[in-house]
Amino acid sequence: MNRPIRVMSIVCLVLFTALLIGVNYIQFVDADTLNAKNGNRRVIDEEFARERGPILVGDRPIAESVPVDDQWKFQRRYPEAKLYADITGYFSYTYGRSGLEQSQNDILSGSDNRLFVNRVVDLIGSNQPRGGSVSVTINRRAQRAAAEGIDNLPGDAKGAVVALDPSTGAILAMTGSPTYNPNLLASHNLDEVAKAWKRLNADKDKPMLNRSTQQILPPGSTFKIITAAAAMEKLNLGPDSQVKGGRGLTAPGFGSYVLRNQGGGNCGGNRITLTQALEVSCNVTFGDLAMKVGQEDMARQADAFGFGARDLDQLPMNPSQFTSDPDVELEAPQLAQSGIGQYEVAATPLQMAMATGAIANGGALMKPYLVSTVRSPDLKTIETAKPEKIRDAISGSTAAGLSQMLVDVVENGTGGSAAIPGVEVGGKTGTAQSTADRPPYAWFVSFAPADDPKVAVAVVVESSSTGRDDISGGRLAGPIARSVMQAVLDR
Amino acid sequence: MSSPATTPAVVHRKRRGAEALLIALALAIVIFAFCAVGLGARGEVPGFVAGLAVLLVVIAVATHLVVRFVAPYADPVLVPLVVALNGLGIAMIYRLDLARLDSLGEEAKQFAGRQVMWTALGLLLFVAVLLVVRDHRKLQAYTYTFGLAALVLLILPLLPVVGRQINGARIWINIGGMSLQPGEFAKICLAIFFAGYLVVKRDALALAGRRFMGIDFPRGRDLGPILAAWLVSLGVLIFQRDLGSSLLFFGLFVVMLYVATERPGWLVVGTSLFLGGALFAATTFSHVQSRVDAWLSPFPVTDGTFQLTQGLYGMAWGGLLGRGLGEGNPYLTPFAYSDFIFASFAEELGLAGSMAILLMYGLIVERGLRIALLCRDAFGKLLATGLAVSFALQVFVVVGGITRIIPLTGLTTPFMSYGGSSILANWAIIALLLRISDQSRRPPPEAAPMQMDDATQVVKL
Repeated sequence: MNRPIRVMSIVCLVLFTALLIGVNYIQFVDADTLNAKNGNRRVIDEEFARERGPILVGDRPIAESVPVDDQWKFQRRYPEAKLYADITGYFSYTYGRSGLEQSQNDILSGSDNRLFVNRVVDLIGSNQPRGGSVSVTINRRAQRAAAEGIDNLPGDAKGAVVALDPSTGAILAMTGSPTYNPNLLASHNLDEVAKAWKRLNADKDKPMLNRSTQQILPPGSTFKIITAAAAMEKLNLGPDSQVKGGRGLTAPGFGSYVLRNQGGGNCGGNRITLTQALEVSCNVTFGDLAMKVGQEDMARQADAFGFGARDLDQLPMNPSQFTSDPDVELEAPQLAQSGIGQYEVAATPLQMAMATGAIANGGALMKPYLVSTVRSPDLKTIETAKPEKIRDAISGSTAAGLSQMLVDVVENGTGGSAAIPGVEVGGKTGTAQSTADRPPYAWFVSFAPADDPKVAVAVVVESSSTGRDDISGGRLAGPIARSVMQAVLDR
Repeated sequence: MSSPATTPAVVHRKRRGAEALLIALALAIVIFAFCAVGLGARGEVPGFVAGLAVLLVVIAVATHLVVRFVAPYADPVLVPLVVALNGLGIAMIYRLDLARLDSLGEEAKQFAGRQVMWTALGLLLFVAVLLVVRDHRKLQAYTYTFGLAALVLLILPLLPVVGRQINGARIWINIGGMSLQPGEFAKICLAIFFAGYLVVKRDALALAGRRFMGIDFPRGRDLGPILAAWLVSLGVLIFQRDLGSSLLFFGLFVVMLYVATERPGWLVVGTSLFLGGALFAATTFSHVQSRVDAWLSPFPVTDGTFQLTQGLYGMAWGGLLGRGLGEGNPYLTPFAYSDFIFASFAEELGLAGSMAILLMYGLIVERGLRIALLCRDAFGKLLATGLAVSFALQVFVVVGGITRIIPLTGLTTPFMSYGGSSILANWAIIALLLRISDQSRRPPPEAAPMQMDDATQVVKL
């Protein structure tokens, strides 16, 4: 009987080997995957109880962990909660993380590989591991100016403001309204958190949406800067080139449709210069130019400015679009409407700020970023942001011509509300129709100073008091853009 | 393979000193574990540790003395291994009691004290078995008595007055307010019954029938016993809804049948019957089906996969070195103190700890099979093999279920899980193994010539 007993001992060996492989797989090979699973309370508890690193603007925290006397020992606090909610995001026991709390979690929680040495030191000293700090590129004054600008709008206005440094891509201001208070979600009173979460999600104004990066809206006339860029690149036009003006645009394929200017004007003549067309925001001109450039090259130019991509990787971002489906050919009136930022054209405020910035920056589109410096818990710098060029969206000469024309728009045209005495400001207004029963969106994009751009801004306002003409873009959104630029330029 | 019959008789040493040393080591591990639990969960060594240490030493010395006088030639490694596992189990149950105190307050149910009581009773049973069964071959005379006892024990939970259904499985009986799982004892009775029955019938069952692919298959008319065992196992599955025991009983019978007859054909027949039954069960019974579904796709977490996934999270959270006793969150997993106690250890002692525990179980099985090899009579060989293999199967079924190697079934982790029946039955198994071991390692009487049933040889793996 010994032979089968030996066989059985081999069988038992196989069984135990399988178990050993099983525990090795779970506890070593697959452990990180399991730890990253949603709803894994062990990991959430541990992260929640850790001294999480702060998110800083300058030397002041906009998110920090303070000691409290409960089972988690630390409470996440957002001192200027609503002002920075779009940037910090929330850190909730029940609902996880968002914003920089999510994208910078490895550093903030201290689990980043670059903090390995700190962790070992903490382990030896039997200290709780601490998180590193994240400094953001936000300019406090610009952020305040942006938020106050939107708050001071009449009535139920919703809106968003993004400002960035055109030469680096550093984001200087980013705020939206209505927004929310992340302290409500970071609370340790989980019942209150659940109530707040339910209320915020039920709100039809979507306060937890980052309006600067996640909401795409028709950019209206501000999109004409991209149509102009495409025409200058493709059709070799300059600021003084003669383009089509007049009261209305008809073309083969339009049928009975006529693309008219806002207010029904004639843009100053049947043949006008490109500069003048931009100054008066002439729909006829840009509808015509879009058809001349063609759908494919229009889309290509928009993509060169960043449409269709998520270039900001530190916050959730939705790509902007020229058409909803690039493979569908537009009909003639649709293409003409797309040229003036209507039909299916939709962009985030961040996207419009990036495009404006690229024009101001000699045509070079810079990668937007929010995190300037990452430091270890003992304040050693781990990483400093390096500006990164995505591509040259347009040639230097096109950029120079376009930039000059946008200065004219502020000095002589629809963009007067953004003028700053003693500073050359370039800008463009826009008012985009949405549906008949909703108020239109008032846009303003601008940059300053024109000769050495330090700031590019995009502002969008949705308000029931917005008129359905182009001036309102300048009236509502222009002053906000101006005060943000002033804050950055310290004027 | 077989050594010549002229091998000089090996005179085994008693090794009781080595056993005492190993028991001391095991006790040290257990006492350290209690200290670590206290330090981890409360920041201080529990006040009762000194008293506990004294108590443990007294019990250990007593156990050692009993073995020394009643079974002096018994295997010296089994008792220390079991002491360590049993003690660690109590430490973990105590650790989970503390967690329950934290979350539920004074009314929280406490299990460690009861487990200590069960362990004490288990030790008494261990001593009793060693004292009563002075020669394991005597058991063979009661083959059919044990068979009947096994049947009664299996049927008890189904009876109206004493039977209890807890957590979906009807495997409990209630006697004087205490819940017992007769299946744990049925396992031992079955092993004795199978051994006695197969020793007698093995010649008939070993007759070769058809030969196919190099394996001799049994004759059709000899299929009766295996079919009977198969039906009983299916009955356990259907009426008691106990997947684990069903698998264990059938596996035990097939293995012992194979060892008795030396015919691999029985393994093939048994495996096919098992696969057929498993397929039938998985497609017919919802409680089996849901286990299989949870095994195949545990994520996203649902009510049906919650326990399994929490166990996996816990083990992953333990990582290589573990959170430390008292410093993990094993209490997040349902039944962390019983069915999932292995996951609790994996979380707090890490991969290092979980592998050490598996190796301890592996060593118990190895010692059991070694005892079977050394044993000189067929009945003892079969019984030792059966007990060792049932132990291995049980560990595989429960730990394999927790680690997602096989679908999860409800079986206790021997010596570690909370539960009186399991502790009692497993101590009895160890007593039987020690008895067989003592018998086979004892030097034969000088006068009588060696009458070895088979050549003895150390197992080489």
